Amino acid sequence: MAKGSRIPITRRFEGLPIIIVFMCILAAFMYTAPGVFTQPFIYTTFLSTLPPLVLLAMGLTFILGAGEIDLSFPAVIGFSGFVFAVLFKEYDLGWWAVLAALGAGILVGFINGALVAFVGIPAFITTLGTQFFWYGMATVLSGGKSYALRGAEESAVWQVIVGRPLRVEGDFAWVSQVPLQSLWTIIIVVFLWFVLNRHRFGEHTLFLGDSNEVSRVLGVHVEWEKIKIFTMMGLLAAIAAIMLTLENKNYFGNQGQGYLLTAIASVLIGGTSIFGGRATIVGTVFGCLIIGMIEAGLVATGLTGAWVRTIQGLVFLIAIIFYLFVDEPQKRALFLSRFRLRSRFGGRTGR
Amino acid sequence: MLSANFRLRCGGNLCYFAGEGIVLIGNMKNARSANVAAPVDAAPFENIVRLENVQKFFGAIQALRDVNLSIGRNEIVGLIGDNGAGKSTLIKVMTGVFKPTSGDVYIRDQKLDLDNFSVSMAHDLSIETVYQDKSLGEKQPLWRNFFVGRQITNRFGFIDIKREKEIANQILMDAIGFRGAGIGVDSTVSELSGGERQGIAIGRAMHFNADLIVLDEPTAALAVKEVRKVLDFVKRIKNSGRACVYIEHNLAHVHEVADRLVILERGAVVAEITPQDMTVAELTDYLISLQHEPGER
Ligand SMILES: Nc1ncnc2c1ncn2[C@@H]1O[C@H](COP(=O)(O)OP(=O)(O)OP(=O)(O)O)[C@@H](O)[C@H]1O
Ligand SMILES: [Mg+2]
Repeated sequence: MAKGSRIPITRRFEGLPIIIVFMCILAAFMYTAPGVFTQPFIYTTFLSTLPPLVLLAMGLTFILGAGEIDLSFPAVIGFSGFVFAVLFKEYDLGWWAVLAALGAGILVGFINGALVAFVGIPAFITTLGTQFFWYGMATVLSGGKSYALRGAEESAVWQVIVGRPLRVEGDFAWVSQVPLQSLWTIIIVVFLWFVLNRHRFGEHTLFLGDSNEVSRVLGVHVEWEKIKIFTMMGLLAAIAAIMLTLENKNYFGNQGQGYLLTAIASVLIGGTSIFGGRATIVGTVFGCLIIGMIEAGLVATGLTGAWVRTIQGLVFLIAIIFYLFVDEPQKRALFLSRFRLRSRFGGRTGR
Repeated sequence: MLSANFRLRCGGNLCYFAGEGIVLIGNMKNARSANVAAPVDAAPFENIVRLENVQKFFGAIQALRDVNLSIGRNEIVGLIGDNGAGKSTLIKVMTGVFKPTSGDVYIRDQKLDLDNFSVSMAHDLSIETVYQDKSLGEKQPLWRNFFVGRQITNRFGFIDIKREKEIANQILMDAIGFRGAGIGVDSTVSELSGGERQGIAIGRAMHFNADLIVLDEPTAALAVKEVRKVLDFVKRIKNSGRACVYIEHNLAHVHEVADRLVILERGAVVAEITPQDMTVAELTDYLISLQHEPGER
């Protein structure tokens, strides 16, 4: 049998196009800013700054794969971060502060899921609303204050979550900079890869993204699975919030706001379908790397920070169009037929 | 690690895979079907499904009116009626997709708690359905489509992909409506033709080998030769002592295989006939005469 001959290359090697793009961008930066990109310190910096973005993008990979959207995660970064900061600093609760922050994220996610699944409000609207609500809650409760966690690095919580446990001298001194949050993030990413591709939950997620009706007649508990997906998003956002707050040793109310577009863009650049039904963890990881690298790279190249969002937006749009053409033949045909280009591209002519 | 003790739910049976060997254990002792009082084997039952005074509203539209219908344990029931008569709605009430607005559903003579009834429970109760449309995940590979909702997993819920693909490959080789070129278990549904899709849905139902198999216009997209295979399949259901609800617009087909015909009109059962008493032509005339009867409309 001509096995798999019809399967597009993007599906046979998970994330292949995005890995190639990543390599090209990396090469370009190595050429334009060799002083930065051939030294190890930029990469250890990535290891400490990228984990929150990667965790958020992981959750969004499931959310978008299920054909939903979550706009409320920046507020979870704010709210969970606040819960953590205040309990950790003002009440000195240590690990309990961590648990409470995770609980807060789970709560927000669960409420999102329940509103989407049982009340039936579209996720876009639901999470737009909850985004305001939880962001507002964090602001009200904190009175708009920020919390500096001075001396946090003495605590076990800091040591375990974002510590730098390795001590190396000499040529490999950069190893001492490797932060633990990168290890936790890698473990979570690998685990979630297995969940998405090998677990019942991941399969249900993708079928939901394909069609809720089909999932239902096939015996998937549509409402429950949605709640689980949103709850997981909340939990991941809470982990991101804790890492971010500890890494910065500072909490401020709108610390999550910058992640809204970058996290969603990372997922879609990675190749997860905007229409749901297909999602890739590997792609998302490389999407995050690209987004993060553009940020660091443009500045290193000498362009002003103002260019960063512009270029990220451009990469984002190019990626979306690329995937539309490679992976969605029906949508491509529809799109081309709108411009009456179908026959010229080798497709069937209109009639 | 992953290969240790995989469990497969196939229809009402629990199959345990210990290494390569398959051991059949009991019949549907499953947590999800726990609220059905007795195990299937315990007492012989008369009807696999019985509906009592079932009503179904979609908003203001009444799709089912006071439906009373029973399906014997080894009976092939043909369900016929106009477009929009409520045939698909009726079978979806039986298979846990829709909750009826009022009325009762009995399976193996046991009354169901309709708040808990769901498609996966119907699967556990050994009811298998080929829906008229929308029963395959378009972007998903075929092997996932065969098992979604009742995956072969280890105790942590991780799927035994190798095993699922093996079985899927088997199903594909026997599937109806396949020319067999270029399509494998990794192909996605979106690459298939309408007939091939129907073949996949039928193949899935054949594989799970349930006590009641519901077929909602399974032949609509199939070529003549393939239709024959579906009719043979229905006859095999009969011969193996199981039951089938068969929805079909082609009277010759239902006439050939059904033990009893139930005619649905505007959501109500208006007649039940034994097709053996009539020829196809008589049946056609009878159905037409039914439509002209005043009062029924
Ligand atoms: N999900 C739904 N929401 C609202 N109305 C519905 C829904 N499903 C069915 N209906 C309505 O219920 C009625 C019966 O539909 P049903 O699909 O059961 O007909 P059918 O007998 O299967 O017809 P066909 O032969 O065309 O398949 C129709 O009027 C239809 O519009
Ligand atoms: Mg129908």
